[in-house]
Amino acid sequence: MVDLRINCAGITSPNPFWLASAPPTNSGYQICKAFEVGWGGAVWKTIGAPVMNVVNRYGAVDFNGQKIIGLNNIELISDRSIEINLKEIAETKKLWPDRAIVASLMVESDRKIWHDIVKRTIDAGADGIELNYGCPHGMSERGMGSAVGQVPEYCTMITEWVTEVSTIPVLVKLTPNVTDIRFPGRAAKKGNANGISLINTINTIIGVDLDTFQIEPSRGGKGGHGGYAGPAIKPIALNMVSEIARDPEINLPISAMGGISNWKDALEFILLGATSVQVCTAVMHYGFRIVEDMIDGTTNWMEEKGYTSLDQIRGKALANIANFGDMNLLSKHIAHIDAGKCIHCNLCYIACEDTAHQCIDLVQKKGKIQPTVRESDCVGCRLCYIVCPVDHCITMVQKDNGAQSKTWNELVKELPQPLSIEDLRKFQHKHGIDVH
Amino acid sequence: MNNVAPKLTSKEYEANFAELKPALTDVAALAEANRCLYCYDSPCMTACPTHIDISTFIKKISTGNLRGSAKTILSSNWVALTCAKACPVDELCEGACVYHAKGEKPIQIGKLQRHVMDWYVEKRMPQLFTPAEMNGKTVGIIGAGPAGLACAAELTLFGFEVTIYEASKLAGGLDTHGIAPYKMQQQDSLNEVKMIKRLGVKIKTGVRVGKDISFEKLEKTHDAVFIGVGLSMPADLKISGEEMIGVVNALDFVENVTKRKWKSVDVGRRVAVIGAGNTAIDAATEAKRLGAEEVFMVYRRGREQMSAYDFEFELAKRDGITFYFHAQPKKIVGKKKVQALECLETRIVNGKLKTIPRSEFKIPVDMVIKAVGQNIDETFLASIPKLKIKDGMVVVNTKSYQTSNPKYFAGGDCINGGKEVVNAAYDGKRAAYGIHNFIFKKK
Ligand SMILES: Cc1cc2nc3c(=O)[nH]c(=O)nc-3n(C[C@H](O)[C@H](O)[C@H](O)COP(=O)(O)OP(=O)(O)OC[C@H]3O[C@@H](n4cnc5c(N)ncnc54)[C@H](O)[C@@H]3O)c2cc1C
Ligand SMILES: Cc1cc2nc3c(=O)[nH]c(=O)nc-3n(C[C@H](O)[C@H](O)[C@H](O)COP(=O)(O)O)c2cc1C
Repeated sequence: MVDLRINCAGITSPNPFWLASAPPTNSGYQICKAFEVGWGGAVWKTIGAPVMNVVNRYGAVDFNGQKIIGLNNIELISDRSIEINLKEIAETKKLWPDRAIVASLMVESDRKIWHDIVKRTIDAGADGIELNYGCPHGMSERGMGSAVGQVPEYCTMITEWVTEVSTIPVLVKLTPNVTDIRFPGRAAKKGNANGISLINTINTIIGVDLDTFQIEPSRGGKGGHGGYAGPAIKPIALNMVSEIARDPEINLPISAMGGISNWKDALEFILLGATSVQVCTAVMHYGFRIVEDMIDGTTNWMEEKGYTSLDQIRGKALANIANFGDMNLLSKHIAHIDAGKCIHCNLCYIACEDTAHQCIDLVQKKGKIQPTVRESDCVGCRLCYIVCPVDHCITMVQKDNGAQSKTWNELVKELPQPLSIEDLRKFQHKHGIDVH
Repeated sequence: MNNVAPKLTSKEYEANFAELKPALTDVAALAEANRCLYCYDSPCMTACPTHIDISTFIKKISTGNLRGSAKTILSSNWVALTCAKACPVDELCEGACVYHAKGEKPIQIGKLQRHVMDWYVEKRMPQLFTPAEMNGKTVGIIGAGPAGLACAAELTLFGFEVTIYEASKLAGGLDTHGIAPYKMQQQDSLNEVKMIKRLGVKIKTGVRVGKDISFEKLEKTHDAVFIGVGLSMPADLKISGEEMIGVVNALDFVENVTKRKWKSVDVGRRVAVIGAGNTAIDAATEAKRLGAEEVFMVYRRGREQMSAYDFEFELAKRDGITFYFHAQPKKIVGKKKVQALECLETRIVNGKLKTIPRSEFKIPVDMVIKAVGQNIDETFLASIPKLKIKDGMVVVNTKSYQTSNPKYFAGGDCINGGKEVVNAAYDGKRAAYGIHNFIFKKK
């Protein structure tokens, strides 16, 4: 039997799927509705300093007819009072004792104010606290949100203020708008955080109107950067999650988010070390009901693979992450086009010819033009593979037997320093690797 | 006619002749355009007789550049609106779409092209091409069908002064007079004529060359002449009774229907259509849609030998047309007015079609539509000196479209025996290059 239960830094839930702190978690009404259809937990829409929102807060990027591949917002934290939010947290927790309710908090950088809100949150019965150090607009101008997340010292300081009074687990939610995500992560650890949530939204401008020259979306003629979320940011989030997971100085449970839309996305994050996963944009697009397939799909996958608990797979892909210097330079792959599957769109041809290594020929075969790889010239870059619209038509065929291996880090130790292009070419030549 | 079918209400006519392939909405067009793979050197482009750069025009739809898309289309095909609506796309571009090989539905290229051309017409056809400065030479064109129109339009881009002589009152050839109203509207063709006129082409309608103006005059006035007269002579059945009231030529019948004045077109209660090409199918379905109670298609060979496209045959079946295969019309029976069509059964013996003796049977009908093909007007063309005609087609050089009389070029149905609009459009355009090279002695 598959058991999806998790324990993330001491916060437990029947499955790893949590709603991220955002409009879907604005109220007790919404969260109860979400729990009814199966969500394992919810991070309450950030509670704290008084705010006032603007209209047209959301913008989106559509791609090739696909709606919302990315969502941008300039929404602030909850515009409802702290009292109402805490009251509804208490009510909801009573109704749903087995679900995780995490209160996201953001107040002015004042130790007393923080102590006060933390205590009230604990009194309301929340299972945990998430510190919003990520909001990249509006709050940051007031010295909160990403203004904290971008300065490790502030990060540590405020985390300490919270952890020194908190009796429930504290997660620190990081902003991706930094050059190295590990620094704020280490700062949170230093402030005694129990876990890390990431990522919050990414600074973006959605677009410019070609008729009015206004920024999209415009609020009374003005627009500006907002925070980006949704499918487009998943690869960025995966990388940042893996960096936090791999950093020996941090070593904290992770609640991951950023572009998760389905069970497959969720599993990828778990394989890179996440314990719980949070979702915002996908539910804003389709509603709470998507969790049903997330649970179902994950369960089926685990059953098929023979896993019974998420603990068995958590972080299992991390070992396969390597720095460039540790990758085998002598591994040889060559593109192969299956003529039987080829539909003759010639996209591989034009991509290779114009932008790669000119090693695909259009060969006349039985009245059809067949793109064909000139193997001696293929460098194995994989561009043709990714442009091909047919599944399994182009494959990257391994041509070496794996016996030979030399990494860059090993090679530079062997070759005379400073490295010369001649020595490098000699090494390549010896191994039959030509440069085109 | 013995029994004229009762007239329908205007609403019924409108419903019966409503478009079979309605336009895509903007959203649907965008979604479909985005589905296009943007193939390089795409098979659809090769399959199109005018070689429209289809993946490029579709890409432009997806970027919202409809003006550029219209230009991409028109630069290959001057009657692109007609083609978008009337081309047998299953047999051409869409039939070649790589999605077939992927096991998916092909891109709706015809509908996407129509989306662009509808936009273009809606925007009142802004000028996308600039005719070259006058080069001092003039070309006369006989016939304002798609071949003549395409040739004329292209010639203006070389700087020729162009005059088209058109026998009919309305230009457009069969695009205006022949194509079924549930495929396109006469106005679509007339819009294309308008667009081509705006390039500076003069069209003299109601002028029949050989009657209203002589070949000598034409030769004197122009440095070259393009023949785009199509096939104007309906083939006869050569059976008795053809002169009776109720016997009509498919082309005349169809022409009346394209005018969209349906009430004024009489159709019998029971109609026999003789022939099995696309024109025969059009005539049969149009007769049915006008209110005929029963329509019979009579063909002397079998289904496999029918020259009509599959989708045309399917349409006829859906319209409830009854097919008599292996039936050879013997005579039309009646007293001044048609009463029945008498046929003989046929069979194929050693690959040859044979009638079966004493197998006569009668189909009682009020109307007979002859749709056994059209021929070129050989007597008319014979008055052009040294013009070679073979198998009922004007002979041209396949590259230059020059006829055996160097001053004359030809294209369209009169050189291919009757194909599609798209072939005529391509011929006309290529012939313009041939004429330009001939007059300016280029190779
Ligand atoms: C009933 C019917 C339905 C068809 N449906 C389709 C369809 O759905 N899709 C498709 O692609 N194709 C269709 N076709 C075929 C298509 O219409 C022709 O292939 C195309 O029109 C040929 O173009 P053209 O310019 O060669 O000749 P035409 O379109 O026949 O034009 C010839 C023009 O020359 C004029 N002319 C002739 N003699 C003289 C003269 N002596 N002086 C001056 N003018 C003259 C005629 O009046 C006519 O306007 C259909 C044909 C028919 C008959
Ligand atoms: C409209 C909107 C409002 C948000 N508000 C908050 C917030 O108040 N507090 C917070 O910590 N994160 C907020 N976020 C960030 C999300 O919690 C989440 O980190 C981000 O959207 C990435 O996840 P996703 O790709 O599933 O949307 C907001 C996101 C969106 C789209």
